[in-house]
Amino acid sequence: MKRLVAVWHARNLEFLRDRSTLIFSLVLPLALIIGMSFVLGGKGRPLFKVGVLAPAVDTQAHPFLSELYVDFVPVTDEADAVRKVSRHSLDLLVDVRQPVRYWVNPSSPKGYIIEKLLLETDRDAHRQPVSGEAIRYIDWLFPGILGMNLMFSCLFGVGYVVLRYRKTGFLKRLHATPLTAFEFLTAQVLSRLALTLLVTTMLYVGIASIIGFHSAGNMLLLVGLMVLGALSMIALGLTIAARFSSEELVGGLLNLLTWPMMLLSGVWFSLEGSPQWVQWVAQVFPLTHLLEAARAVMLDGAGVAAITPDLLYLAFTTIAFLAFGAWSFRWRVE
Amino acid sequence: MSPPLLEVRDLVKKYATVTAVDGISLGVEDGICLGLLGPNGAGKTTSIEIMEGILAPTSGEVLYRGEPLGQRFKEEAGILFQKTALQDFLTVRQSLNMFRGLYTKGLSVDEVVRLCALEKLEKRDTRKLSGGQQQRLLLAIALVNDPTLLFLDEPTTGLDPQARRNFWDLVQSIKQRRKTIILTTHYMDEAELLCDEIAIIDRGRIIARGAPRRLLREHFAEVLLELPRQEFPAAARTLPLKLIEASDRVEITTNDLDSTLRVLMDARVPLNDLRIRPPNLEDLFLELTGKELRA
Repeated sequence: MKRLVAVWHARNLEFLRDRSTLIFSLVLPLALIIGMSFVLGGKGRPLFKVGVLAPAVDTQAHPFLSELYVDFVPVTDEADAVRKVSRHSLDLLVDVRQPVRYWVNPSSPKGYIIEKLLLETDRDAHRQPVSGEAIRYIDWLFPGILGMNLMFSCLFGVGYVVLRYRKTGFLKRLHATPLTAFEFLTAQVLSRLALTLLVTTMLYVGIASIIGFHSAGNMLLLVGLMVLGALSMIALGLTIAARFSSEELVGGLLNLLTWPMMLLSGVWFSLEGSPQWVQWVAQVFPLTHLLEAARAVMLDGAGVAAITPDLLYLAFTTIAFLAFGAWSFRWRVE
Repeated sequence: MSPPLLEVRDLVKKYATVTAVDGISLGVEDGICLGLLGPNGAGKTTSIEIMEGILAPTSGEVLYRGEPLGQRFKEEAGILFQKTALQDFLTVRQSLNMFRGLYTKGLSVDEVVRLCALEKLEKRDTRKLSGGQQQRLLLAIALVNDPTLLFLDEPTTGLDPQARRNFWDLVQSIKQRRKTIILTTHYMDEAELLCDEIAIIDRGRIIARGAPRRLLREHFAEVLLELPRQEFPAAARTLPLKLIEASDRVEITTNDLDSTLRVLMDARVPLNDLRIRPPNLEDLFLELTGKELRA
């Protein structure tokens, strides 16, 4: 018991004296709490997201609009809203002006339930066909799974390796050679890129054959998009690994990046109807742009022109992160 | 006159509470082996890392062939750090190939493998090497660019006597290739065997510099008598002798052995364990600082 206390005490001292890690250990849970409270908080997380064809949602207009746990989002562009239903961004779209009409994606599990709720309040509501090909939820989720895997592989793969090289003194040894920081970082990026692309391709082929998915868009464009997305994410990982020497700190920082991206970039659910500022924050993350562009290509068959803003953002963040990483890079433990 | 191969001017390195290097200046001529000798914490590693361009000094400068350290220095210097880990899962040959790829000029990997006697270890995972084998590999890595200037920071610390002797043989064969070597050590036998010149460092300053034999001649015109400390009577400490007390022994330097022995016998100092020997670098360090090298 004495030995246990001695070791426990020494470890506590070590942890408390590692200031950066200590501060970070307090910041991460706080950030998670704040983040989750905004994303999932309020009066309880709504279970369903329903578009209402009106400039504003008036709960008096129809009894359905008073249902609990449903997030009613006002929409004005009918065609766009119908498209969102087909793409699982909205679970249901309703026009409460008489005669009441609604649109639902027949392959959406949530759409199935919310439709029952609507019909409970209004048996005469008319179901409208969803124009264009309705997308299965699994198809909508597929790009999210690819992107999430790519994000974890890039951020953690690069982050921890560089950290280990620094801690063992291998980086210091490389510093004694003519190798520059930029050359070293670029080599890491390219090595991880090749591995990530290989894994992503295997994942794509595997999942697509299991769920019977066929991309609507150009495969070459999709590969190019994945390359840019991976580059941006690896470069982001390098900015974290560029100078720190504490596993706890680097691990924490990587978590601080991956968690919000997983929640806010639209991997699992669409951010349709979230507060405007949450959507703005989401636009900062490379994963958001990667997923938006990947869904556009894979589900809607979008071409280069349609996803150019996303491609430019990914290219810009790659260069910015790499430049920052090279600037803040440290060869040795300080 | 051409400048020294490496020149260090007024080097100072300060940390928050410690001055590790306190105004070191020295020039290293082409083709010599210079030993930086001093106890742990004297500032040897900090000094050598500044000379290697790894650590920035607080003030002062390091010049290679008369110019500040730059790309040419990195191409022409070979470095063996006190502690280096290599990439996991790579064999000896793969590690050498990687480092060879970082330089524009150098020896072939086969040649350094031969030079450092690594032929039988080429395919071994670097993590499975013994301490001595690991040091040989790290020396081979330091030699892949066929360096003009080689830095060896405490290269044999932690090696067993056999591995140390093997390593010394290797360094001597490298010396024969007319390489300039800067070596830090706290082993005086290593410095005496390998170094043409030594600089003794204490508390971040050079307190003596020269060829080992010349330094010994300058400081010791005498022979040295050694007696175990516990057998040396307290009363005898006041005898009119040149006396230094080390942790386990008392050293007396004299140029008149007869009269010194007579004084000791008159004082009834037990002489059964008396040793008479010529002074070495360890004695020189003790003489200059009042401290032992390995303290």
